[in-house]
Amino acid sequence: MEQRSHIRIQNLSVFFGRQRALKNITIDILDKKITVIIGPSGCGKTTLLKCLNRLVEPLDGVKVSGKIFVDGEDIYDPKMEVTHIRKKMGLLSQKPQVLPMSIYDNVAYGPRLHGQKNKKKLGQIVEHYLQMAKLWEEVKDRLSEPASRLSVGQQQRLCLARGLAVEPEIILGDEPTSALDPQSSQNVEKRLIELKNDYTVIVVTHILRQAKRIADYIAFLYMGELIEHGPAEDVFANPKEPRTRAYLTGEIS
Amino acid sequence: MRQPPAPRNLRRRKIEENFFRVLMATSILIVIACLGLIVGTIIWKGLPALSLSMITETPKGGYYLGREGGILNAIVGSLYLASGATLLAVVFSLPIVLFINVYARKTSRLATWTRFSFDVLWGVPSIVYGAFGFIIMIFMGLRASLLAGIITVALLELPIMSRAMDEVIRLVPFELLEASYSLGATKLETALKVVVRQSLPGILTAILIAFGRGIGDAASVLFTAGFTDRLPTSLLQPAATLPLAIFFQLGTPFPEVQARAYASAALLTGIILLVSLLARGLIKKYTRHVI
Repeated sequence: MEQRSHIRIQNLSVFFGRQRALKNITIDILDKKITVIIGPSGCGKTTLLKCLNRLVEPLDGVKVSGKIFVDGEDIYDPKMEVTHIRKKMGLLSQKPQVLPMSIYDNVAYGPRLHGQKNKKKLGQIVEHYLQMAKLWEEVKDRLSEPASRLSVGQQQRLCLARGLAVEPEIILGDEPTSALDPQSSQNVEKRLIELKNDYTVIVVTHILRQAKRIADYIAFLYMGELIEHGPAEDVFANPKEPRTRAYLTGEIS
Repeated sequence: MRQPPAPRNLRRRKIEENFFRVLMATSILIVIACLGLIVGTIIWKGLPALSLSMITETPKGGYYLGREGGILNAIVGSLYLASGATLLAVVFSLPIVLFINVYARKTSRLATWTRFSFDVLWGVPSIVYGAFGFIIMIFMGLRASLLAGIITVALLELPIMSRAMDEVIRLVPFELLEASYSLGATKLETALKVVVRQSLPGILTAILIAFGRGIGDAASVLFTAGFTDRLPTSLLQPAATLPLAIFFQLGTPFPEVQARAYASAALLTGIILLVSLLARGLIKKYTRHVI
């Protein structure tokens, strides 16, 4: 089966001041697959992820060189509208960040920004995406309550629903289960696997077992360099690079 | 069984602990006692002069000699002036604070210098604002008026309000801003819908502190707002204020009028208390959604 590449990263380097966080990364990320970025902490996983929706901006002493194409559009092109890029991607952060408003308004926030004013439509959108994130049954009777009253696991699913509600094509997860208990983590992992039917999913994690459970493709980063990239079974079974092998066996972490 | 003797070190630490406990308790007591003494004095001395006509009438002929009338002119004047000034200060404070926290880079020199200037301005005595306001007033061709007073008091309130707002807005986690950006929000949308909402209780407190400072200040309005026995009817007319009413009444040789000064002080304190209570209510309401 022919695979379409959704995101193409070419020679991406990122500098924070003098420190080089990413070195010449070139990678194709395939459409409707789960690509998991693994690597020890501080290796640039999160930076790479944040480059994709331009949360790493060429500001504040940050220098970005190279190109990132999403659907063939260069997102670091100065003419590119940053809100347009971000709308294409839903982000799940390490610690769920609910907005200071009600559960309903959290999900409706994105659609409202993008011009949806019809109350009935908004109601349908909120219900649809809360169901997709499997949160609807738990919150349907208290949609007007502050989102901060939800448990952390519920908050992460709310963040997922909120991200999906802007109708992105890509889901970015930055260690999305690191603040959650095992059950909630499992819940989020299940959602991610369901979502790959319709979305391209990119997840950063330092939990190898999680990577094994959900990944179609693995990208291994070490000290800002892309060491190895390929189908998950191949990378786990026969790592080509000694450093990948060392990381997988726990020799480097 | 015999208890082992307490080591010297432990005894010394216990003495330290007790010493600081006593110090803390004494300090708190002194502060509370001062507050009680101030409020007590005002009420004790002002109560005999406090009557309904004090708050419903403007000064009649001979008021300052102890005859009939009240200080409605100063109550209304002060409320107009402090409200106008606070409103004006909010109009400038909020954009400044949102700029230095949301728009400016983290390492921005402009933001650092803005904060520094507010710190300096905070310490400038209010008589200097009065003198500065007076110069602006002359420059704009105004005379002592409600408008000139509002502008001057707004200047006085600006650094206090901005710095207090800045302190709370700085606490908004950057990840929360990122969450909003990642949904495709612009900086302005993020600032107004997320940052302001998250820090609303603190913003209201900042406004309240500034209002309290503005309504209670005498020196800044001395040259700029003037004083009149009539109710203010236009922005370009002079307006009376409670702090100045207290100042003038205390300066008379008549004990009846001096008692009225204390009554005015009690009223001013009462207004500030009332506004604080109202604001607390509001703050409670808006804390609901804060994460």
